[in-house]
Amino acid sequence: MADPRVIVVGAGPAGVRAAQALVEAGLRPTVVDEGRRDGGQIYRRQPEGFARSYPQLYGTEAQKAKDLHDSFEALRPHIDYRPETLAWNLTAGQLHVVAGGERTAVLPYDSLIVCSGATDRLLPVEGWHYAGCYSLGAAQIALKSQACSIGKRVVFMGTGPLLYLVASQYLKAGAQVAAVLDTSSLSTRIRALPALAARPALLWNGLKLVAMLRSAGVRLMAGISPVAVTGDDERGVSGVRLRDAQGREHSFECDAVGLGYHLRSEGQLADLAKCHFDFDEPSRQWLPRIDEDGRSSAPGVYLAGDGARILGADGAEAAGRLAALAALKDAGRPHAVVEMPQLRKRLATMDKFRRGLLQAFPWPHQLASQLPDRAIVCRCEGVSAGDLRATVRDLGAQEMNRAKALCRVGMGRCQGRYCGHAAAELVADAAVLPIERVGRLRGQGPVKPLPMSVPLAVEEQA
Amino acid sequence: MSSQHVQTDVVVVGGGLMGASAAFFLRQRGVSAVLLERGLVGQQASGVNFGNVRRQGRFLPQLPLAHRSRDIWGRLPELIGHDAEFIATGHVRVVYAESQMADVEKYATDAKHWGLDLQILGRSELRKRFPFFGPEVIGGSYSPNDGHANPRLAAPAFGRAAKRDGAQVIEDCEVLQVEKSGQDFRVNTSSGLTVTAPAALICSGAWGGAMSAAWGEPVPMVPKGPTMAVTEPLPYGIVPVVGVSTRIEHEGVYFRQVRRGNIVFGGGRRNPAYLDGRRANVNPNWTLGQLHELRRIAPALGKLNVLRTWSGVEGYMDDDIPIMGPSAKVSGLYYAFGFCGHGFQLGPGVGDVMAELIATGASSTPIEPFHIHRFTSVPAAETAVVNA
Repeated sequence: MADPRVIVVGAGPAGVRAAQALVEAGLRPTVVDEGRRDGGQIYRRQPEGFARSYPQLYGTEAQKAKDLHDSFEALRPHIDYRPETLAWNLTAGQLHVVAGGERTAVLPYDSLIVCSGATDRLLPVEGWHYAGCYSLGAAQIALKSQACSIGKRVVFMGTGPLLYLVASQYLKAGAQVAAVLDTSSLSTRIRALPALAARPALLWNGLKLVAMLRSAGVRLMAGISPVAVTGDDERGVSGVRLRDAQGREHSFECDAVGLGYHLRSEGQLADLAKCHFDFDEPSRQWLPRIDEDGRSSAPGVYLAGDGARILGADGAEAAGRLAALAALKDAGRPHAVVEMPQLRKRLATMDKFRRGLLQAFPWPHQLASQLPDRAIVCRCEGVSAGDLRATVRDLGAQEMNRAKALCRVGMGRCQGRYCGHAAAELVADAAVLPIERVGRLRGQGPVKPLPMSVPLAVEEQA
Repeated sequence: MSSQHVQTDVVVVGGGLMGASAAFFLRQRGVSAVLLERGLVGQQASGVNFGNVRRQGRFLPQLPLAHRSRDIWGRLPELIGHDAEFIATGHVRVVYAESQMADVEKYATDAKHWGLDLQILGRSELRKRFPFFGPEVIGGSYSPNDGHANPRLAAPAFGRAAKRDGAQVIEDCEVLQVEKSGQDFRVNTSSGLTVTAPAALICSGAWGGAMSAAWGEPVPMVPKGPTMAVTEPLPYGIVPVVGVSTRIEHEGVYFRQVRRGNIVFGGGRRNPAYLDGRRANVNPNWTLGQLHELRRIAPALGKLNVLRTWSGVEGYMDDDIPIMGPSAKVSGLYYAFGFCGHGFQLGPGVGDVMAELIATGASSTPIEPFHIHRFTSVPAAETAVVNA
């Protein structure tokens, strides 16, 4: 029997561990990755010529980052590695890619392991379209990749573990952190402690970060409600206004803001593969359906890492390996199946922690539905909260794709990645419907913008 | 609305642009109407097409209907309170070959007798007026009063206007069965609603063939999906709708720039479409083929990025001409479906004509070429229904 043709999308923790399991089984998988180098977002490598050490770049996770990079180096001769390659579309048994923004190809596959990772989950706030507003992830990339800060004096606002991690990384790098403003309250975080204790080391790391920020004199506020990012079109961000838990207004001056409300899975490829999605109540987002090993509802399509469930880097490594073992088993090439129960058990623990994080740092959906009419929700298309409410009230939209058709929300460059969740909350609130009833924006190719200079594609023989 | 019953003058099956505008124009004539839509108004082919309000290049006997429709497009704000982003930008059809230029010139001569004035533009004149054309384009034909509109907005706007004027527009309501007892049609639906009416109008697009077949009038229709896409926005500057006149399928692409700045494009090869799934998917290779063709027409387009692609379910007749008019077999039954991917421009006119036909018994615009009897007068065995 010929070897199954397996493609892994993504070279972060999940993708690398998936590829490794496939190579161990004697296959030569194709690894398609958008990044210039392996490592994904979390273990992103610095560009050639930069000389920061692992501890400088990855802190407590330095050893894990090094292990992953070393593993990938060892895999290089045994895989078909395609960096800087966008999987822009997907049809039955074929992955459509464009490399370097100019070389197109059609890659046939028998099994596809999608490790597409996550992006920041964002909540609009009035003024978030000013220059100087970044997502937490973007703020972190600037630092990790280019050793740049997003500003001289930075406010971090939102919720979730990344809020504290990025703030501490900025502080260590010498940036001035004006404030860390968290929408979640201390009491919800304390109530989540039993679930978070599922991974005591991570919990401890988190508490240490907060203590470090506090001892450095950084202003930490909990239970806040963002009011506005202030600024103007010429000079960009000048500050942040917010209300504390008692309703008192505060403001901080700054020239840059990092915003983020935990993470959202990148589900476009799963969507194009026609995977079934279910509404996940704890995170209030739609997630692709997977079984305990990462099999999606689409035959031959496996999902692992943060692109399927936000379990973090350790969880992604385990899920990537497990999905690859499942793909091998399904292809009649059982390999290391004895490890599978143990990996499932690890993932179950991590899922408990995932739920703990969602409890500790909940998506503040009520802030989305309470946005003032003038606040821009969809930055790409300039659609305001008022426009969305009018689309529901006057045009009768009761569902997200309908709202998109009638008012352009989610139609721009980001295809709703950054506004889709908040827009759904606004539509649900205006239509007086439960959030799951208004659905989700359907994924449409290309997964990311496709240059119109690309040539016709040739189908490659695997 | 379980077990609810409604009596009306006309029951319209299908809330695309044809059905929604028919319901609107029936109300304009004081006729009561119930519009039944399985999903949402304008969600299928009416909402996913290119948005061309183009007359040039059409089958000549279709021009009177197209003129009537074009007149309505220009009056949308006063009629339905919304412009559906219609703008009369002009439409230019360009050619790559001398032989094709001859076809375009002949069409312009013939169209004049049908009331459509076209301007033939040679290479230098074309470039003077539209400097974005590439060197392979040798000339074209310009139709100054054609234009484009937003398909996502048009049918819903007609639906809302019909409702405003007293039509019952019922969404998420699938027609399960249409039967005739005595003088009335009786329509049973998935929501338990029953509608009875002396007249029934079938406007169910690619799904219309199953309906007409049930009345003993099968038609040769296949569902296909257009290959559509949109670019990122750039400063507004390409005013006319642009299309290619060609006999080579993959060359036949078209594009338009919307005021917001994005360029919408389509054409070339079509995709398989699925009546049961109510979806069609774009073949990514067809999109890449379009990019190649677009760079031939206007090389600067190669500097943009595609943001999104889509398709939808359209019904294509084997003679590329729609079904429109009364049933040949059942009195009180009317059809307007199967518009072969060129129904958007005609939509408002189709609604107006069907309302006139049903209300008065005749259409002042000739629609005889579209009658269903062109298929039903031949033995049934030769007219297999592909999509039932």
